[in-house]
Amino acid sequence: MTRTRFHQNLDDLKERLLVMAGMAEQATQRAIEAYRVGDVSICDLVMRSEPAINRMERDIDQMALDLLAMEQPMAIDLRFILSVIKINADLERVGDRAVKIAERVRDLQTVPAIELPVDIPKLAMLAATMVRNALQAFIDGDASMAEKVLTMDDEVDELNRAIFRTLTGCIKAQPEHTQQALNVLLIARNLERVGDHATNIAEDVIFWVRGADVRHHLATG
Amino acid sequence: MGAGIEVQNLNAWYGSTHTLHDINLKIPANQATALIGPSGCGKSTFVRCLNRMHETNPIARVTGTVKLGDLDIYNDASPAAIRRRVGMVFQRPNPFPTMSIYDNVAAGLRLGGIRKRKRLDEIVQHSLRRSALWEEVKDIWKSKSGAALSGGQQQRLCIARALAIDPEVLLMDEPASALDPISTAKIEDLIFELKADYTIVIVTHNMQQAARVAEMTGFFLNGYLVEFDATTKIFTNPTDKRTEDYITGRFG
Repeated sequence: MTRTRFHQNLDDLKERLLVMAGMAEQATQRAIEAYRVGDVSICDLVMRSEPAINRMERDIDQMALDLLAMEQPMAIDLRFILSVIKINADLERVGDRAVKIAERVRDLQTVPAIELPVDIPKLAMLAATMVRNALQAFIDGDASMAEKVLTMDDEVDELNRAIFRTLTGCIKAQPEHTQQALNVLLIARNLERVGDHATNIAEDVIFWVRGADVRHHLATG
Repeated sequence: MGAGIEVQNLNAWYGSTHTLHDINLKIPANQATALIGPSGCGKSTFVRCLNRMHETNPIARVTGTVKLGDLDIYNDASPAAIRRRVGMVFQRPNPFPTMSIYDNVAAGLRLGGIRKRKRLDEIVQHSLRRSALWEEVKDIWKSKSGAALSGGQQQRLCIARALAIDPEVLLMDEPASALDPISTAKIEDLIFELKADYTIVIVTHNMQQAARVAEMTGFFLNGYLVEFDATTKIFTNPTDKRTEDYITGRFG
């Protein structure tokens, strides 16, 4: 009763999701790079990648739906497919966040550049590391690694709050720089949301591997 | 009402072959319990130990305790008395071919000493209703042979025959494996309804069927009960790696 073909299909599904993950990660990296160097042409690349990510999301959902309907998976296979469906949605949202960051970067280029006392590269590095580690945990089926991603989210949230406080202070002190400060504030907000999606992905990996639901600080496994 | 079954340290042999090893479990009353596992794992032997059918084979032997409610079935009662309380339905429908539908259901009752026509009519009709067959046979139940029915109808006739003697437990050994999907669905619906009045133990190779009808599921492998838990737990997050490998088709 071994189900070789079915398990080959699960491997294909995993591979497809990793291609999707690569696209979403690349969009995020490009958006961060666009901010760092202030290059509108990179913003265009990010925006042009969105339709492909959306198409890939639909393809992966269809593959998962077909497997659910045709194979009636059980136990770890069932949990794997459910996790893929949810991770897929999170990756699509990561792509959306990259586009939103690119839009803010583009808007920043329309006003004079100013020095703001906030560490966006650090926030970007933390959020990107969370995504990378969550995906590595998915590749390796490593729930312990996924747990480490969850602990990073507090650091990202705290840094985002600090940036928010600093920038609202800047807006009050120098209202003429509101547009610059608001754009950077929204970039920080979107990076923080990328970290949230990485958290969701890590939680889905834990559910797949251990069968434990750790969302919203629940551990009912 | 159904009765619960408690099995303690059950071992079974065919000749020198040890087929069941130290089985311990509690089958809850008025629920369906599914037993799954690859061919030859001991699940059918196990159910045959629950109504003392196993010992009908001259080279078979059983040790351990099986309690039906408070009754120790191997020490406190005869095999015939136990089989009146624990009915059984097999993989292939096996109506008595020369008997009418009515006589198939009435056979056990007559053996039990019930002779009055009116009483027999009542119980046979009630049993056919309980097995969801009455509407299909009410015009032919006294005239047609049980063998004239379709496979699915024959299986429901066998269920009616088992129910007629008013058991507390119904053992079903792959009751739908020889039936088409519509007949299978009828049997599964029936299992759902019968739980109110009987304890059901179903052996099945169809894991989706176990997931659909049973509250509890046990996984047997090589004569051992590997895992026994709520069906939802077994099919979403089993504890034992062997259970997971079996239900996900990684061996078997």
